[in-house]
Amino acid sequence: MIDLYKNLPAFLPEFMLAILSLSFLLILAFHNKAQNKFSSIFVSATLLFILFVEININHDVQSHFSGLFVSDYYTIFMKSLVIGGSLLTFFIATGKATIEDEISNEYGLLMLLSVLGMMVMISAGSMLSLYLGLELQSLCLYILAAIKRDYFKSTEAGIKYFILGSFASGMLLYGMSLIYGFAGTVEFNEIAALHTSHSLNPSFGLILGFVFFLVGLAFKIGAVPFHMWIPDVYEGSPTPVTAFFSVAPKIAAVSVFLKILLVVFVDLQNYWQQIIMFLSIASMIFGTFAALNQTNIKRLIAYSAIAHIGFILVGLVAGTEDGIKGVLLYMTIYLFMIVGIFSVILAMRREKIELIEIENFSGLSKTKPFLAAFMTVFMFSMAGIPPLAGFFAKLYVFLPAIESGFYFLVIIAALTTVVGAYYYLKIVKMMYFEDLAEEIDSPISNQIKSVLLLTGLFTLLFFLNPNPFLLSTAKAASILFSG
Amino acid sequence: MFLQDHISEFPILSAIIFLPLIGSFFILFLKNDPATQNQDSKIFALWISSITFLLSLLLIIFFDRGESSFQFVETRAWIQDLSINYKVGVDGISVWFVLLTTFLVPICILASWETIQDRVKEYMIVFLILETLLVGMFSALDLVTFYVLFEGVLIPMFIIIGVWGGSERVYASFKFFLFTLTGSVLLLVAILVIYSQTGTTDIVEITQTPISENLQYWIWLAFFASFAVKIPMWPLHTWLPDAHVEAPTAGSVMLAGVLLKMGAYGFLRLSIPILPHASIFFTPLIFTLSIIAIVYVSILAFAQKDMKKLIAYSSIAHMGFVTLGIFTGNIQGVEGAIFQMLSHGIISAALFLCVGTIYDRAHSRDIAYYGGLVKKMPNYALIFMIFILGAIGIPGTSGFVGEFLTLLGAFQVNKILALFAGTGVVLSAGYMLWLYRRVILGSLVKKHLKEILDVNKRELTYFIPLVFLVIWMGIYPDFFLDLIHVSAESLVSNYSGEKLTYSIVTH
Repeated sequence: MIDLYKNLPAFLPEFMLAILSLSFLLILAFHNKAQNKFSSIFVSATLLFILFVEININHDVQSHFSGLFVSDYYTIFMKSLVIGGSLLTFFIATGKATIEDEISNEYGLLMLLSVLGMMVMISAGSMLSLYLGLELQSLCLYILAAIKRDYFKSTEAGIKYFILGSFASGMLLYGMSLIYGFAGTVEFNEIAALHTSHSLNPSFGLILGFVFFLVGLAFKIGAVPFHMWIPDVYEGSPTPVTAFFSVAPKIAAVSVFLKILLVVFVDLQNYWQQIIMFLSIASMIFGTFAALNQTNIKRLIAYSAIAHIGFILVGLVAGTEDGIKGVLLYMTIYLFMIVGIFSVILAMRREKIELIEIENFSGLSKTKPFLAAFMTVFMFSMAGIPPLAGFFAKLYVFLPAIESGFYFLVIIAALTTVVGAYYYLKIVKMMYFEDLAEEIDSPISNQIKSVLLLTGLFTLLFFLNPNPFLLSTAKAASILFSG
Repeated sequence: MFLQDHISEFPILSAIIFLPLIGSFFILFLKNDPATQNQDSKIFALWISSITFLLSLLLIIFFDRGESSFQFVETRAWIQDLSINYKVGVDGISVWFVLLTTFLVPICILASWETIQDRVKEYMIVFLILETLLVGMFSALDLVTFYVLFEGVLIPMFIIIGVWGGSERVYASFKFFLFTLTGSVLLLVAILVIYSQTGTTDIVEITQTPISENLQYWIWLAFFASFAVKIPMWPLHTWLPDAHVEAPTAGSVMLAGVLLKMGAYGFLRLSIPILPHASIFFTPLIFTLSIIAIVYVSILAFAQKDMKKLIAYSSIAHMGFVTLGIFTGNIQGVEGAIFQMLSHGIISAALFLCVGTIYDRAHSRDIAYYGGLVKKMPNYALIFMIFILGAIGIPGTSGFVGEFLTLLGAFQVNKILALFAGTGVVLSAGYMLWLYRRVILGSLVKKHLKEILDVNKRELTYFIPLVFLVIWMGIYPDFFLDLIHVSAESLVSNYSGEKLTYSIVTH
């Protein structure tokens, strides 16, 4: 008891989230006719509260449970992004128009539990806790993808995600066991220290294990060639779930990815740099070209997500502190843009039926000028056109790569943004240049409006004062390089 | 005197840059009453842009004519960790482009007064944002600031062509956007490379930091990719005729008047001072492309059946003179190029307005559709004549000064070059006068033109200042050249110093 109390400050958010989500489960069990309204308020409030606690805990490096759980500014930053992103994606789905058919009580519960898994995963200091967190979040996500049981695409998405996800987890686990076999430990610190001593000649088994490990993680972040699940899962899952998928798990996975590469296996940088470069180039090229002919907005976002992972990896290839700062900034800005885009998609309904074809956007600027204006801002920002936020995201991953001498990589990245611009412009074209205006449901829920305003203004006005974001991302990135 | 003392403290350049943006913000929140909203936003936008123009006149009044470096400089910290600043300032070259922009925007708004009936409010907002971006770009003294504004221009222009354009507007706007973006992203990569080499984004500081020669070639090519698309130089010009034909009249005016100058301005401001070695190395390339633009594209202009397309091709040919002049590297050539840009900014804008005037009445851009307009529209015929003569470069018009100086510069470098460029003048006389002959002269036999009306007061309001400027610039060019001279001379003297070392090293 005393030990627990001493440990409280650092894992307080996880602890409270566990308590709150379990009590939510109990409430649901005893009042199984609990109102949707109650559960949406409960889940939103919980996430908001956890976010508040997370931001306010001690920023110093703390290690608990004999190194299983580590907390520092980096993990706090990443966890805040995860919780904030989950909160926003949950919040936009709680509006009147969407609440009955999309949001069931289980949705909130599973979301809370998967956020808990992600938080554990981000803070993991050992392979055991990493795997524990990863599986907790993955299992919740599989169910979430299939939560609309009577809709065959959703079920398909769930099954597909489950099979491919378990396969990746298996890879990961196999890699972990190899690493354990050759390193003799599962602790990150010890593995890192181990091959510092004889880094010149790391054992073959360790490298093999590391590669399996990397493949498993690459699957989780959805980099080509481990991306196959993304389009189907994005398309099939209910839209609020897709919104959640495109933000929180991705940030959590990237966070682990960075930590594993830059802290645990930093001495194998010469080995992994080439792998990451391949993943990056393949993701950018495949993602952008595959997105060109999509007619379904969710599929298009899925392919563009693959391309964006490619851009994010450009910063990682650079491998410098500035590069990681760029990655973190990219994630932050991407979070705001993607939440904004999904708010627009959620608002696109006609007689309560979702409109997810790109054609449905035609003439939107006539019927809903503000919605169309915000969507335009997001689209140009996704394409990386200055002065919108997306441009700065790209700037901050390109510059470190240039400084590390990866000119070729940056030129490919820059040229793929041009190809990418085409499909973002296609949506702008639909909204502004076409006239087939059909009314969409009015009014748009207040939740969507407020989130849209927040994310839209962020994207539009980021250029006015980017410095606070740069400072905190720089501070978070420096943690990875301090050991 | 009071004004004189306080002008140094007042951030006049920022005021000119941001006034239109603030204005557009207010238009956004104008009362949403369909009856008055359109009229209100037009009047408001006209006021804002006129005040901006008057403010920019202050730049000329308080400009220190003996000073070759930047004036009205303002620096504010922007992105601290990369020490990128918001830094603006003008010299004798850029001040004219600022003025050209602020002068053309009110004209554009007047020209759209009756033709734009759909989404008037949005139209005005987009135009004012475009003005902010353009003025900011011409006065930016920081590479990243420059790039942000340079590429930001794509968004409003894409929307102007796409929303208010003609029947093929989607194709034209996409082509415009993607062509320019391809060049621009390479410019971004080059800017990042420069930053990683010099550690600063301040254009003045970078000019003083030598960049290794091998790297210069690559950076120059990336710059070239961006600027050559914008100018546009043959063979990257194919987006321009489409964009011009589909854009609304005011869009064409901004495109031909200001946007085409961005590329050439980039060469002047960035390529030549920062990469002198590579600029000298690639001069033959520029000369070849310029000559092709002047001769070949002029011949293409003969074959056009669409008036806007013809003027678009003539723009490409005229911009050929500009690139030719810039890379001669002597004072006549550079001054001629700058003057030619200003003159072309006025004349091509005016020509597009002329086409717009009859398009509003008859709804056709086909040359064959017209004929004998002089009978019904005598004033229009006179105005059109002046601009046609200006485009040809008849002495007494602004076009003459620019072309003459450029040819003079080219002659010093290579006589054959000047000979080819000279044929461009002859060709332009051919296609322009032929256009005039087919549209204005002859007898008025076509029935649909019997009722056509002459220019009205609103149109005269913007045609008269344009006519006045064309003649003023032709008769008394010194007023303009004085300011240009000092800055151009410092540019040329640095460049020719580099040229000397280049020839010593290579021979």
